Amino acid sequence: MNKNIILCGVGGQGTVLASRLISSAAMARHIPVLSAETIGMAQRGGSVFSHLRMGEDLCSPMIARGEADLILGFEPGEAVRLLPFLKPEGQVVVSSRAVMPVTAALSDTGYRAEDMLAYLSSRVEHLTVVDAEKALQEVGSPKVLNLILLGAAVRSGALGLEAEDLKDAVRRLIPEKFHELNFRALDYHA
Amino acid sequence: MHDEFVMGNEAIALGALAAGVNLVCGYPGTPSTEVLETVAKRRGENVYVEWSVNEKVAMEIAGGAAYAGARALVTMKQMGLNVASDPLMCLEYIGVKGGLVVLVADDPGPISSQTEQDTRSFASFSKVPVLDPSSAAEAYAMVQEAFEISEKYQTPVFLRPTTRVSHGYASISVKDPEEYTVHPVEGFVKDSSRWVIFPRLSFGNHRKIEERNEQLQDVFSDNPLNRIEPEEALLSGLRRGVATGGFNYTYVMEARKKLGAIRTLKVSTPFPFPEKLAVRFLEGLDEVLCVEELDPVIERELIYLCGKYGLQTKILGKMTGHIPRSGENSRDSVTAALAGFMNLPVPAETPEAPPPLPVRPPVLCAGCPHRASFYAVKQAMKGRKTVFCGDIGCYTLGNAMPLDMVDTCLCMGAGLGIAQSLNHLEKDRSCFAFVGDSTFFASALPGVVNAVYNQAEFTLIVLDNSTTAMTGHQPHPGTGRTMMGEVVEKVSIENVLKGIGVTAVETVDPLNHKLAVETVRKTADLPGVKAIIFRSPCVALFRASSRVTIDPEKCIGCKKCIREIGCPALSFRGGKAVADIAQCNGCTLCAQLCPAGAITGGESHE
Repeated sequence: MNKNIILCGVGGQGTVLASRLISSAAMARHIPVLSAETIGMAQRGGSVFSHLRMGEDLCSPMIARGEADLILGFEPGEAVRLLPFLKPEGQVVVSSRAVMPVTAALSDTGYRAEDMLAYLSSRVEHLTVVDAEKALQEVGSPKVLNLILLGAAVRSGALGLEAEDLKDAVRRLIPEKFHELNFRALDYHA
Repeated sequence: MHDEFVMGNEAIALGALAAGVNLVCGYPGTPSTEVLETVAKRRGENVYVEWSVNEKVAMEIAGGAAYAGARALVTMKQMGLNVASDPLMCLEYIGVKGGLVVLVADDPGPISSQTEQDTRSFASFSKVPVLDPSSAAEAYAMVQEAFEISEKYQTPVFLRPTTRVSHGYASISVKDPEEYTVHPVEGFVKDSSRWVIFPRLSFGNHRKIEERNEQLQDVFSDNPLNRIEPEEALLSGLRRGVATGGFNYTYVMEARKKLGAIRTLKVSTPFPFPEKLAVRFLEGLDEVLCVEELDPVIERELIYLCGKYGLQTKILGKMTGHIPRSGENSRDSVTAALAGFMNLPVPAETPEAPPPLPVRPPVLCAGCPHRASFYAVKQAMKGRKTVFCGDIGCYTLGNAMPLDMVDTCLCMGAGLGIAQSLNHLEKDRSCFAFVGDSTFFASALPGVVNAVYNQAEFTLIVLDNSTTAMTGHQPHPGTGRTMMGEVVEKVSIENVLKGIGVTAVETVDPLNHKLAVETVRKTADLPGVKAIIFRSPCVALFRASSRVTIDPEKCIGCKKCIREIGCPALSFRGGKAVADIAQCNGCTLCAQLCPAGAITGGESHE
């Protein structure tokens, strides 16, 4: 099984942890993984992405345009930004909630989540939009968007992994006191 | 051996431990930081590890260890190599006894750096051999080989990953601790003819270094790290080849899967250059494309060899416009360049442009005390002729609108020099230098001594958040803990400044906005060099227990909170300010400036 996955969002949203969880889950199934992370200045509210490749015969951890099986968008505009990487038949799982750059709060830049989601739905056949406000409210923590999106990605089938694989990864990588919350987020669906 | 999923930097650390490294030191800097952090986490009790105060000191500490026959690793980013260049240039002339590996991570893009300098070029300038890994697995093997080369040829050796190698993850096979080499330390042996640098010694050693590097060209030509792939295949018609190294090797290999085989030279030792191997590669080729980032190092070497050996091969790359002169390459850019070079159809770009997307410059975190510090100085100095000299760290982000409080930023510590200089020339300008706590110890002290002695006049603002925040919270002399796990006496910034002779030294919590503004007003107009220490911990380390709430009934929609401080947790919806509870850290700066008293909660800083 070869899979190319792009996780993208805004620094601070938890893309790096989500990428580590997928990698750990794949490794536990003895699937080779290569990945590349954004670490550094962009983690302070800039655009961030992870490239994650699973399978045999890989040289580079980086994904080329038109090669991604799945884009996991933590923010609608960031998913649009990286859409050229998606395969024609690829899947997009995206959070409905826009993160406004500070510049947009200062003067209206016209940036709207709805426009981004409309653009995505006009171009992506296999699109899953996660209502982030509702999901976070129902799960009961503002910090678990990453696990909620991972859960939606599992159910889309595009990850090629089961929820139980990711729960095992949570057990390996996350302190025990957060397990229950993270499992609830993974299992959440509207 | 066992398999582990590791970041490139972790692989380097594990490789160094496997090689029996005795001492590891460095200064944090993206993308190099995780090497030393991993050593600290995974070391045996006999390995000494420290974050040194800066790269120059780190290089000297590593050099001392190598004098004593120890294996030493010193880590830094490419900017740090500039700071460490004085001891390194001399160390190359003196030589080492124990292996000394200098880990310098380069940053094409640049993604988190001031320059796009190339440590491969620094290697030929300093005459220090350099290994250039393409992956975590290779970096793991190369760091071990670097120790061997260093000891055998008694020279420091560079290991130079780039960001994508340092921050790429892969599953690699690594040694168990029981399999680690044990490297006993002989101890320093006095020999002034060897360890004391004098012109006569340098003259003699210079000749030996040049001879050794010529010898290393041959040694590296036979080392399988450098290779031609495939050895035989030459295409009919125009005979073409591609030369590459480092992470770009993975781009070329992926492109070859799509475009078909092309003779490839992989250069893992850009200096000393594997000359014999490269000549064998060039002979029989009509054209070679050099695929690399930063400087055209391989390209220049091949052009030189064509001249030296009278070869007719045409060398293409950065200098001919076939590869971009600056910035990062990518899978797509390399595939396109290679396809064009091989006269194959170049993959088309995306046909349509996406809708306009937000620009996301990095910003200070919600609740970051630096925001409050900048805002206090801004308010206190409103209407005055000022200059705000910034520095390197999270607080460089004070440049963003609406704070707009960084007029200059050059390199670590430079703000102090620029601020005092401008005051010498413009007496009516109120000059400020902002420096973080880690940068204060790393690079600001000579600037303060200089200012006090030379009768300069400026205000030094120390933004003390009790950590090295931008690189991921490393300890420094002001934090009171070491990488060996000891709790130690902190070096007091106040005492250091007073000891140098700064007469006015004020310390204030920047999140108490009124007091902070008063302190700046009172201090800035004093004569000479004065200092204000804004002390408040990094929000990423000490999460607040409570967040602010904005009462929509009371909010008058004036947008002052948004317009003045640019906090990413604040936005404006339906005519009212809204605080995002996922981001808010309860610093209360917005509450303190709200004219309607609509914002409550958070932690009090009265």
